[in-house]
Amino acid sequence: MSTDIPKGGPSAVKLADSDFAADHRPSDLGGALRDYWAQVRSGDLGAVPAVLGIAGLVVLFTALRPETFLSDRNIANLFTQALPVTILAMGLVFVLLLGEIDLSAGVTSGVCACVMAKLMVSAGQPWYVAVLAALAAGVVIGTAIGWLVAVVRIPSFVVTLALFLGLQGITLWLVGEGGTVPVRDDVIVALANKNMPVALGWALAVVCAVGYAASQFWRWQRQSARGLAAKPVQLVALRVVAVAVVLLAGTYLLSQDRAPSPLITLAGIPWGVPLVAVLLIICTFVLGRTAYGRHVYAVGGNAEAARRAGVNVTRIRVSVFMIASTLAAVAGIVAASRLNSVTPSEGSGNTLLYAVGAAVIGGTSLFGGRGKARDAVLGGLVVAIIDNGLGLLGTKAYLNFLITGSVLLFAASIDALARRRRSATGR
Amino acid sequence: MTDNGDPVLRIAGLNKSFGAVHVLHDVDFTLRQGEVMALVGDNGAGKSTLIKCIAGIHPTDSGRIEFEGRQVSVGSPRDAAALGIEVVYQDLALADNLDIVQNMFLGRERRKGIVLDENAMEEAARQTLAKLSVRTVKSVRQQVASLSGGQRQTVAIAKAALWDSKVVILDEPTAALGVAQTRQVLDLVRRLADTGHAVVLISHNMNDVFEVADRITTLYLGRVAAEVRRADVTHGQVVELITAGRSGDLGLAPATAAESI
Repeated sequence: MSTDIPKGGPSAVKLADSDFAADHRPSDLGGALRDYWAQVRSGDLGAVPAVLGIAGLVVLFTALRPETFLSDRNIANLFTQALPVTILAMGLVFVLLLGEIDLSAGVTSGVCACVMAKLMVSAGQPWYVAVLAALAAGVVIGTAIGWLVAVVRIPSFVVTLALFLGLQGITLWLVGEGGTVPVRDDVIVALANKNMPVALGWALAVVCAVGYAASQFWRWQRQSARGLAAKPVQLVALRVVAVAVVLLAGTYLLSQDRAPSPLITLAGIPWGVPLVAVLLIICTFVLGRTAYGRHVYAVGGNAEAARRAGVNVTRIRVSVFMIASTLAAVAGIVAASRLNSVTPSEGSGNTLLYAVGAAVIGGTSLFGGRGKARDAVLGGLVVAIIDNGLGLLGTKAYLNFLITGSVLLFAASIDALARRRRSATGR
Repeated sequence: MTDNGDPVLRIAGLNKSFGAVHVLHDVDFTLRQGEVMALVGDNGAGKSTLIKCIAGIHPTDSGRIEFEGRQVSVGSPRDAAALGIEVVYQDLALADNLDIVQNMFLGRERRKGIVLDENAMEEAARQTLAKLSVRTVKSVRQQVASLSGGQRQTVAIAKAALWDSKVVILDEPTAALGVAQTRQVLDLVRRLADTGHAVVLISHNMNDVFEVADRITTLYLGRVAAEVRRADVTHGQVVELITAGRSGDLGLAPATAAESI
């Protein structure tokens, strides 16, 4: 690598008279913030709607239910409520990035959870065999959808609508009429019902914060040392501090004793939260730092361009449905853990609506090409807050449906309007 | 290494039919290093088909393709890219949601292990743009969606020049551009040839052709009407070659030109 530096010398001189002004202007925080604001105004909203949504909803529900909404117990509850929808949404981000849709992701999670539960209860298999089988079921379903969409060329909307019905039939058949399959395995139940030791939670939070800071500063240092386009160091610092504050504040809240009785202690981060964190890190890495992720964005932005550039578009199409269905299986396992059982209606109803809503609220575009793994986390929190808050308010079921439907429609409208704005301002 | 003026790509007796329609008749076509070859012809004359045969998109029925003196077969776009033949299509083939560097390396990303080597790609993209004296982009990390038509064309052409490419084929690069942007792109086409590429310029605009081309090949109903040096012909002669297949003693024999109709 060191041999590159003298080579970079003469070219840097040549570059000085070429006109990449913005890449070489010593950028400051003010300039970066102005650029960011210009970007938001031109329709590239990013995480803004989700962050505003979380803040607004927290204020709203705190005002309406001051004694319960912000209680330690409810906050922990909120996080576990957000787990399945977040994981499901994270898989859907991949599909949405191609401008496709997977309407069957919810029921896929149901089928996979059912496979897991049946293997443990009826076949007496250990939890890891059951989990692997559930994941395998997800891969199989995803491959089937991907093949029908990418090779047979049926619109994904129709394929997954058909599977939405068909897979419910399979769940019903597996569970048996009217019954439910209980999930009693300690490990599986712990996922959504047990907490990490408080010390371990703190350690993990600190490791994550330090790791994030190190990776960001390392990247900044490499970019500026080689004279490449880099964000101003103040902005990098600001982001690192923001992430660290969120991580540590969340850990603090979840480390409070939230037991209803003073006789027992109930504190720590639910085990499902680090699971989501790991998935978030993996998905962010895959989408942002690997050629595969780059190709997913390229196919979503301009499939023909990607094809001409030598990207195997069919393989990318199949793979995103495989990822979505596999993550749906994980979501199903977490949901089963939360409910301690699998019901025939697992994953049907509004599960999918919530997940699509989460991804879109988080900032993933329904038109393809735009979105990040973190959108699922931010949007998942918004959806969970709405669900949780409405539960605390005791709203009637009909109103619940109306409100949730409106929220999804609202998020989709923002997405469509932002897209129009982008094309008007050329972004 | 070949010198300027040496043939890089030589096509002899190329035929191509789509079913009963004989699209290309015994086409001979030679590209030389450091030269801009304009490929002109009316709609349906076979320009795009010829290009697609060279780029490996269409298989040919008969004929020889020689690349740097060796006979080669170009069975797929990958074969063409491996030889160093790059095509810049009329509809650009850039992904709007990616930035300039990402587009230039699309499909051929540099990696360290499984991780993309963003820094190396950015440096290489910057060097290529600087070598072609592209001065109009503000940042190489700009999204392509935010670029003007001329800038996009510039990026698409620079993308073709980024690889160790020897032949760059441009399909109507100025078709949708304004005056100033056309100027930029034509300058870029010239620099591409000056940096040792053999350039094919497909265009309907005679001003562009006469401004930048060294040689002109006219296709008329699937046959090569004439391959001429720009200095030897006038606008009017080229237009006649395009519309009638012949002009004075240039072009197809009267019988052939008439028979094709």
